[in-house]
Amino acid sequence: MSTVVACILFLAVIVYSIFGGADFGAGIWDLLAGGARRGRRPREVIDRSIGPVWEANHVWLIFVFVVLWTAFPTAYASITLTLFVPLAFAALGIVLRGASFAFRHAVYRTEEQRVYGAFFALGSLLVPFAFGCVAGAIATGRVPAGGKAGDPWSSWVNPTSLLGGVLAVVAVAYLSSVFLVFDAGRIADAEMVEYFRRRAVVAAVVAGVVALAGIAILHADANDLFDELTARALPLVIVSAVGGIASLVLLLRESHRFARVAAVGAVGGIIAAWGVAQWPYVVPQTMTVDATAAPSGTLAATVVVFVLACTFILPSIGFLYWLDQQDALPEEGGDDGIDLAVAPGTDPGASGR
Amino acid sequence: MTSTILAVDPVPWARGQMAFTLAFHIILVPLGVSWAFLTLIANHRAIRHDDSDALLLAQRWSKYMAVTFAVGAVTGTVLTFEFGLLWPRFMGRWGEAFGIPFLVEGLFFFLEAIFVAIYIFGWKRMRPWPHFWTGVPVVLAGIGGSVSVVAANAWMNTPSGFTLDAQGNLDTVDPWGVIFNSSMPLNALHMVIAAYIVGGFLVASVYAVGMLKGRNDHYHRLGFTIAFSVAAIAVPLQMGVGDSLARWVYNEQPVKFAAIELVATTGSDKPEILLGRINDDGEIEGGIPLPGVASILSDPSTGTATVVQGLDSVPAADRPTFSQVNTVHLAWDVMVGTATLLLLVALYYGGYWLFRRRLPQSPWFLRVAACCGVLSVIALEAGWVMAEVGRQPWIVYHYMKVEDAATGNSYVWVTFLAVVVLYAGLGYAAIRVLRTMSRRARDGLSTDDEGPYGPSGPIAGPIEDPVAGEAP
Repeated sequence: MSTVVACILFLAVIVYSIFGGADFGAGIWDLLAGGARRGRRPREVIDRSIGPVWEANHVWLIFVFVVLWTAFPTAYASITLTLFVPLAFAALGIVLRGASFAFRHAVYRTEEQRVYGAFFALGSLLVPFAFGCVAGAIATGRVPAGGKAGDPWSSWVNPTSLLGGVLAVVAVAYLSSVFLVFDAGRIADAEMVEYFRRRAVVAAVVAGVVALAGIAILHADANDLFDELTARALPLVIVSAVGGIASLVLLLRESHRFARVAAVGAVGGIIAAWGVAQWPYVVPQTMTVDATAAPSGTLAATVVVFVLACTFILPSIGFLYWLDQQDALPEEGGDDGIDLAVAPGTDPGASGR
Repeated sequence: MTSTILAVDPVPWARGQMAFTLAFHIILVPLGVSWAFLTLIANHRAIRHDDSDALLLAQRWSKYMAVTFAVGAVTGTVLTFEFGLLWPRFMGRWGEAFGIPFLVEGLFFFLEAIFVAIYIFGWKRMRPWPHFWTGVPVVLAGIGGSVSVVAANAWMNTPSGFTLDAQGNLDTVDPWGVIFNSSMPLNALHMVIAAYIVGGFLVASVYAVGMLKGRNDHYHRLGFTIAFSVAAIAVPLQMGVGDSLARWVYNEQPVKFAAIELVATTGSDKPEILLGRINDDGEIEGGIPLPGVASILSDPSTGTATVVQGLDSVPAADRPTFSQVNTVHLAWDVMVGTATLLLLVALYYGGYWLFRRRLPQSPWFLRVAACCGVLSVIALEAGWVMAEVGRQPWIVYHYMKVEDAATGNSYVWVTFLAVVVLYAGLGYAAIRVLRTMSRRARDGLSTDDEGPYGPSGPIAGPIEDPVAGEAP
């Protein structure tokens, strides 16, 4: 049962990396979109792309945390004790990003939007970097066993962790740009398709270069991880590499739908490879899945909740996506009709002004 | 780690940070839980009576609600981090039991996040009745989520559903036993009703202020009436639940009860002391004693003969310190005092309607009603302080002390200060954004693109906002 729960946990990590990651990546493109006038149209596409689901995507993170602390509590204690600093930065980034995205939608003055936009983009950059460092620290066995604190700095300020941070940033930027090409295509904005396509190609190349450089870094800094990645996890590494190259080719040939699938394969593949490489450890090389797992009652509860989540949440998300694609009902009018009815002067609420 | 003068004892800072972030989050929770219900009442009225004001109200509320939900979501995520960052030893040892209610909460939160988005998107894309029904899961998930979190908190007070091995580590866990621990049902009910009281009074207070400023139209009266009525109905229920809960604490957590009632020594015929404090020698000073009332309320069947266990019944190390006792007792007085005021207002409101068949609208009533929002938040915070401080020094009652649960990281004071600054900005920005949205709505400007989940609008927007920055 502990194996099942570990798979659920890692599945949630992958889903969060892809969907949450794409949202963070969108924030990075928002940061790079330039001034208010120049960046207006790319930001419209970005907002449209992450608007409806920006909150739901991040519930996966909460799910990851809760499953980790419920099913593998001592591993969780070791991780949070050791990696206090990057996790605190991740939390900071999540607050900045989540709140300012919501606020930016609700204010109208350009200066205010600029402030919230800056916090949104900063948060989007900070979170993947911090989580990349965390992943690097865990994967290289710098987190000690038994709910003890490792070194608060060298655990995550080291070649592999920093590689993890940088790779996470470029990977989410790459993934998101490929998504944005597709989303721009959906709203038939040819200019923006081209805009994001150029960026997606650059991001794909950069991500590939960082990944290649990563091979050398891992070889020097993290031998165990390197060995497993080139042995047991090799098929997944290949899936990731093929996905990356395929997405690049598909982007150049303007096959955006399949480029998206390939990009998911590239990012999902490398994260899955990390999971397989460190199996059977939750925290290598000291805490195995089996030994750190909670009592069976807890694991059963975790599986039940996961099944319930799939039963209720997947159809709901599907419905939300479907709704997002629908056109407004013409005769009901919703907001439009109402807002027409309360034009200035006739708004009953304006009488006291 | 090199130790410097900046490295200080993390326990008080960890406690302070947790308390601060929870105190902030708990204000947003009632809005997340009950505002959807208020919105659905307005929505229902809009469809049933073809009431365009009610429709407008429901649409605006759903967008304001989305902003508070978004802020609540990030402050909630911070709490998720803090469990690990501040209390790793607690989570490491008890996570496999304590975590279970949070799994369930995650499920509800997920559903709530999705259906909030569906409901807001649905305004334009769905027919009225199907759209109305997409709001119902938001209400249910809000209740389910808060019940789950309270179950985890209740478990800290009455840990159950597990067995320990010889080393004192968790051996087996029974998820039902963890979730349905003995203090969970009353605590959860108390919190859900509190959410409806605070949410109702907070929303109503905005419309009361609007009416006092002369915006006494159908739209404002409706907004006020829906929100205030829900809160006014919930208050008397809460008094009943609160009374049962106090008696439950008397029976099951006598030391907490002793702190609440300021009972130094075990005995019968204990007075209910209004205000007052316990000094360093363990003697009660000041306050207005109501003779025998604490004993009578604890068990009316035995009256003043009811024996109330005192603080002296357990060693000092196993009960709250005297300064914590004073905090608990003061919080109790504040909670009961503000709740009594709210009850009087609710009774007046109900009585007025019963006898005059209309709602009170005198400026004095509206002024009082406008204060009810803040009063209910004070009652909520006081109740929470009482429950948490009253549990001290335990984090898991009779199993683990707070000081043994905290992180060893001696730089928690840095994150504490950072969090205070960050949340001050967050609170300021949230209120400012809500005011901007409301002012635009009042001025008849488009509210079409507002809200974090809404279909997106022009991001650079109109350059000039004619009213922003000139708050009346």
